[in-house]
Amino acid sequence: MNRAPQPASGMQTVLGMLSLPKRWRLGAIPTIAALLLGLIVLATVCAPLYIPHDPLAIDPLYRFKGSSAAFPMGTDNFGRDIFSRVMMGGRVSLFIGVGAALISVALGLAIGLVSGFFRTADAIIMRAMDSLMAIPSILLAIALVALNGPSLWSMIAAITISEVPRVVRLVRSVVLSAREEPYVEAAIALGSSMPKILIQHLLPNTLAPLIVQGTYICASAILVEAILSFLGAGVSTEIPTWGNIMAEGRLYFQIKPMLIFWPGMMLSACILAINLLGDAARDLLDPRLRKREA
Amino acid sequence: MIGYIVRRTLAVVPVMAIVAVFVFLLLRLTPGDPAAILAGDAATPAQLEKIRASLGLNEPLPLQFVTWVGHLLQGDLGISFISNTPVTEMIGQRIWPTLNIAALTILLSVAIAVPIGVVAAWRHRSWVDYAVMSFSVLGFSVPVFVIGYVLIQFFSIHLRWLPVQGYTAPGEDFGRFLARATLPCLTLAAIYVALIARMTRASLLEVLGEDYIRTARAKGVKERFVLFRHGLRNAAVPILTVIGSGFALLIGGVVVTETVFNIPGLGRLTVDAILARDYPVIQGIILLMSALYVLVNLVIDLSYSLVDPRIRY
Repeated sequence: MNRAPQPASGMQTVLGMLSLPKRWRLGAIPTIAALLLGLIVLATVCAPLYIPHDPLAIDPLYRFKGSSAAFPMGTDNFGRDIFSRVMMGGRVSLFIGVGAALISVALGLAIGLVSGFFRTADAIIMRAMDSLMAIPSILLAIALVALNGPSLWSMIAAITISEVPRVVRLVRSVVLSAREEPYVEAAIALGSSMPKILIQHLLPNTLAPLIVQGTYICASAILVEAILSFLGAGVSTEIPTWGNIMAEGRLYFQIKPMLIFWPGMMLSACILAINLLGDAARDLLDPRLRKREA
Repeated sequence: MIGYIVRRTLAVVPVMAIVAVFVFLLLRLTPGDPAAILAGDAATPAQLEKIRASLGLNEPLPLQFVTWVGHLLQGDLGISFISNTPVTEMIGQRIWPTLNIAALTILLSVAIAVPIGVVAAWRHRSWVDYAVMSFSVLGFSVPVFVIGYVLIQFFSIHLRWLPVQGYTAPGEDFGRFLARATLPCLTLAAIYVALIARMTRASLLEVLGEDYIRTARAKGVKERFVLFRHGLRNAAVPILTVIGSGFALLIGGVVVTETVFNIPGLGRLTVDAILARDYPVIQGIILLMSALYVLVNLVIDLSYSLVDPRIRY
């Protein structure tokens, strides 16, 4: 994928000046993905500074307007500006994505380290994780959000619970192979304490695969948020997110498909960029991983 | 071999038992009184007490669990709070559209994904390969319902080739069933095809680098046989595995797709149950889907040795 001819981009020139080793230089596709994602993040994070309208302001006189200078993406059924809503909505979606990724990775890392290193705990933890993985993640997330009420944090918790088992499996597999290495054996023989072995010798091995896994979780969390909101089990409709803008647009889809296409485009572009960066990170950080989980 | 089948089948029991515990705790451990959540805001204390008694919420937790599992083993998933009908009956009424669409999707996905994966691996680094890989990344990135709406917009509204929404049972009118199921199946298939094509390509690429492939080519075996008989058979196990694990994606996708296309299946039932906070129905569907997922993966595990005779237990 990134073996296409590589035009010298600005990014590459900068990286070239920093004289990073060759394998760290980005190909054309990851560079575009990074720029695209950077643009989306910047645009959504800075949204309050530049959006032309209050994303919640209702104006019945301006219902279902097409694109114009005043309303770059037109207006919805309440006369709200879609552009302002989509830009503000991205903030929530990205926050959920990043939040879920960080928490899942942290929890999965802790549980996975313990599971990989202590045989007795391993059997119990892995049975529990296998069972959790048997519950389809979207259904599990839906049930958790439905039970806890739709808030930002219950959404993050729901996504985290369904992602943690996958992280645990990954960390455990890395730890299981690393603990057979002579340097771990040596550390045990020298009488290093368990926490020290875990943190100093085993933890660093898990970093590369975790960064890769984290990007995938981030992308999948943004997708799950959109799906939950779309089904009506998401964050309150007073806070625009990519998912619930599309959920509201569903009813008016035949009159005004742009209500779904604009947020859908932003969402897809964002996830595409994150996935492409994840693939690039995987190729960079751990060529073996590609075979392991492809 | 038979010993392995028995052992592998028995391994399903603890997994499903823990799934049952999770599903049970889901409702009991949520912050707040389940009875109050169930009864809604307007409930009187007497109504609350009644619900608590009917759920057995006054009993100790382990006892509640044993009672619940007891009912479960007799095929009793409880009674819907909203419609007051048994959950098993509700599921029974809604399961066929979902199963039909899912089965058609799996057939369609495998029929599309495996050939394009094989071609991508065969013509590694050609435009076909890049096209397949781009499609696969795109399939992972575009949400199911966006794909659904794009397809409706193009095929139903713009070209007017296919009906917009709805469902007809195949037994009633097979032609209409196909016409109405085509778009939902394509929608669902997108991510599944992406997953399977990617795995087929990766797995076959690895196999095509082996010495016996070179030997086969050297002794003049036709390329078709090299790819499918020598290559694909040896590459089959990871592909089968991903078909199994991708089944979870399919289940999630069904819920969304049925909403987009207005199909009266289990997915619609799930969404209605969530919006109405009908917990017994939600619990029942989660249990059923998890059991289905575990079952599909069991069958796939057991089929490895059929596909690859080297695998013996």
